[in-house]
Amino acid sequence: MIVYDFLYNIVFNITQSAVAGDITAMVISAALPLLFLVLPFAILAVWLERKVSAHMQDRLGPMRTGSHGWLQTIADVIKLLQKEDIVANDNDRPLFNLAPILVFSGSYLVFAALPFSSAYIGSNIDLGIIFIIAASGFVVAGILMAGWSSNNKYSLLGAMRSAAQIVSYEIPTILVILTIIMITGTTNLRTLSEMQTGYFWNWMIFGGAGLSLSKFLFIPFMIIGFVTLYISTLAEVNRTPFDIPEAESELVSGYHTEYSGMKFAMFFMAEYANMFAVSAIVSAIFFGGYQSPFGYLGNTLGLTWMVPIEQFLWFASKGIFFVLVQMWLRWTLPRLRVDQLMALCWKYLIPIAFVNLIIVGLITVL
Amino acid sequence: MKEYFQNIWYGFSTIMIGMRVTFKHLFVPAVTIQYPNVKLKLPERERNRLYVNMNDCIGCDQCARACPVSCISIETVKSIPGEDLGKTSNGKKKALWVTKFDIDIAKCCFCQLCVFPCPTECIYMTDVYEYAEFERSSLVYNYVTLTPAEIEAKKTNYAKLEAEKAAQKAAGAPPVKPAEKEENKQ
Repeated sequence: MIVYDFLYNIVFNITQSAVAGDITAMVISAALPLLFLVLPFAILAVWLERKVSAHMQDRLGPMRTGSHGWLQTIADVIKLLQKEDIVANDNDRPLFNLAPILVFSGSYLVFAALPFSSAYIGSNIDLGIIFIIAASGFVVAGILMAGWSSNNKYSLLGAMRSAAQIVSYEIPTILVILTIIMITGTTNLRTLSEMQTGYFWNWMIFGGAGLSLSKFLFIPFMIIGFVTLYISTLAEVNRTPFDIPEAESELVSGYHTEYSGMKFAMFFMAEYANMFAVSAIVSAIFFGGYQSPFGYLGNTLGLTWMVPIEQFLWFASKGIFFVLVQMWLRWTLPRLRVDQLMALCWKYLIPIAFVNLIIVGLITVL
Repeated sequence: MKEYFQNIWYGFSTIMIGMRVTFKHLFVPAVTIQYPNVKLKLPERERNRLYVNMNDCIGCDQCARACPVSCISIETVKSIPGEDLGKTSNGKKKALWVTKFDIDIAKCCFCQLCVFPCPTECIYMTDVYEYAEFERSSLVYNYVTLTPAEIEAKKTNYAKLEAEKAAQKAAGAPPVKPAEKEENKQ
């Protein structure tokens, strides 16, 4: 918000045109998360993934490019840029070309409503969390499109599995989010984060702000809600143990089997952007979003301009922490079977989330 | 109902156990090594690339005959009297010019059977195992120390000697050569 106003004022002072100021500020502030978060994060996360997996398996991982291979992903990106863009004859060309763009824009759309710090949120809409759920459903269309237009049975199977999975796991996600909405009475992620200000015991996982009886009654149900949400969002981003849509050993690599070069890179980047997005949502809902757990250095030193920067760092580190847990889970658990996947969702997560919703509702009435 | 909660608990607790295992392994030092920079110590009796020390080779052809895959090919020319070929390191006198000593290492099966028959221990296995080549022909190792011109000279010298001998034989009784006499005494 502050970032947007700042850019608007600069352009407005130069051009004296409100439209020009509006458009420039909008475009620049929309591109900020892409340039300063999604791209560097994807590069960092791919490297981290390889290093974490390697060390968990007592290997070293990439070691040659740069110190401990930190340049490896950059080298890979350069390689992907140079690759031939293959479109087979039997592919449905327009859909085939559109699909990666749709998938990536779907996952980038989520970043519009994420509260990065009190100074910057892409779009401070009141329906923030609902918008995020709707936008992440957008990805399904792109994935189905990719699978269908590839004209390849493995791609189509992967896409269908992915669609079934995302659609099923949206239900527990929404049910858990609904419990939070019920307590806080807001769907605006920025307001939600502001409500958890102060110290870490004001976070939703510890029952939210205040010192009433209901705060303490909430705690066990918040933990159940957090675990449910974490599992279902993990399934929504198609990560192991829920990676049956791109199961390497069964389906080559699922819906992006036929893609090469930058189109493949877009799918890849969308996956990592999604990982960060769901981690950020989990941290925004349960772990205070951009709020520091123990006050700000900027406030202590009397430098108020430092606070938003600190908030951004807290937000990013919370997100990266949950991404690391996702990686940790990935290299711990084997892949679920399709029936196990559906059983976990419909027989366990949805009933638990539902009972949780009812109990939290009763406590709220108290 | 009891089973349902048991399932949840079982799933949750086993995930925790698995995560503990992977977390522990995160801090276990890697068991792999950075290969070209760091190399594993080879076993004591490893068998790798063959090497021939031509200073000691007497051209006896025993290694070539021992080879089960015929990867060694040796050609020799007899020395003519008066030529000094020197001695091997274990005191054997050389009598043959080795004009060809090729080992096709691509064929070699590393059985080490060529090493034992060698009377002068001049063919042996080294610890070199990185010798990949782009051309298959570069895997035929040529150990001959003589230059092609020298080889040609040795061959013509020997041919001349043979021709002389044949001429003498045709002329009458062949005279015993002093050089050969000496060798027979030894």
